[in-house]
Amino acid sequence: MSSKVPAARAIIVVPAWNEQLTVGETVREIRAATPDLPVLVVSDGSTDRTADVARDAGALVLELPFNLGVGGAMRAGFRYAVRHGYEAAVQVDADGQHDPNEVPALLEKLGEFDIVIGARFSDGDDTYKVRGPRKWAMVVLSKVLSKLAKTKLTDATSGFKATGGRALPVFAEHYPVEYLGDTIESLVIALRAGCKVTQVSAHMRPRRGGTPSHRPIKSMIYLFRAGFALLLALIRRYETAAEVDHKQARPAVKEGVVR
Amino acid sequence: MSNTYLVALVGSVLVLLGIIELLRRRQLGEKYAVLWLVVGILLLIFTVFPGLLTGLASGLGVAVPTNLMFFVGILFLVGVVLHLSWEVSRLENETRKLAEDQAILRLEVEQLQRNKNENVAE
Repeated sequence: MSSKVPAARAIIVVPAWNEQLTVGETVREIRAATPDLPVLVVSDGSTDRTADVARDAGALVLELPFNLGVGGAMRAGFRYAVRHGYEAAVQVDADGQHDPNEVPALLEKLGEFDIVIGARFSDGDDTYKVRGPRKWAMVVLSKVLSKLAKTKLTDATSGFKATGGRALPVFAEHYPVEYLGDTIESLVIALRAGCKVTQVSAHMRPRRGGTPSHRPIKSMIYLFRAGFALLLALIRRYETAAEVDHKQARPAVKEGVVR
Repeated sequence: MSNTYLVALVGSVLVLLGIIELLRRRQLGEKYAVLWLVVGILLLIFTVFPGLLTGLASGLGVAVPTNLMFFVGILFLVGVVLHLSWEVSRLENETRKLAEDQAILRLEVEQLQRNKNENVAE
């Protein structure tokens, strides 16, 4: 494998569930920031015009027939990427939280690493604040996952991630679809399969629609579920290591005319 | 320590271990994991401290402790069955939708193929 993943072999995956108000602007922004990379919007059983808006903005669109959750949407994206011979997939959320101008910085590190996380607490200045139980959950998660990854991971639950190398075929097959599985368990699976993980600092912008919840009860439930998801991920068995090689050996579907 | 106590204890531990092993092999989703873990742990607690059930029964005014156990058990099982019925209905709807989508896609592919062949023939 080449030391640096050429930009043309990466694809941007945007999971979107009823985001017609934000997805168009997000896709246009991504295409302006990274004109060489195709954008794949996975409409996760949306009942609004998300798919049409995304298509009009120039994205490829996968329309899932019903809602599968972020994990399911991303797995569809990863499988598309593998089938069409891409070597890397970058997740960018549809709500405009992630700055597409930072995608090249993530991709640059993919030569050395299999997963690059765009993390929000990497440096001092940032506008995204979390408090209370949600913060505790993040602290514990980052401690445990850092230890597993043998490198500092400050923001394990970030959705802003570049996946490549050995991790992409593993994720195409085994990406967890359960609550919080797309962030916590996916990292554990990747690490168990021998993937190398790192993070680069990224700035999270305020979402275009909706606000993150800071209600104490919701946060407590989040803390509990995150802890449980982590525990589950740690005790589970994964038969991934042996599969990586022969999955890569399978030839990719020959690419037709895209768009 | 009586024999029945030992049998009950071993049984409860086996149930709990079975649940954990199913979880470990990814045969049981996170959704059901919490529920069954709680059931397994409760079972173990009541086996280790049989006095707990008796105390609880007299506190609630139930004359025979085992009746309380049967009542709660049946209520719980009815809940589980109801939930599973709901889950099966949902799955049925989803498979139906998949079949419909698949049929539509097949027609669309056939139409594309036909158009292509006609274009080649011209």
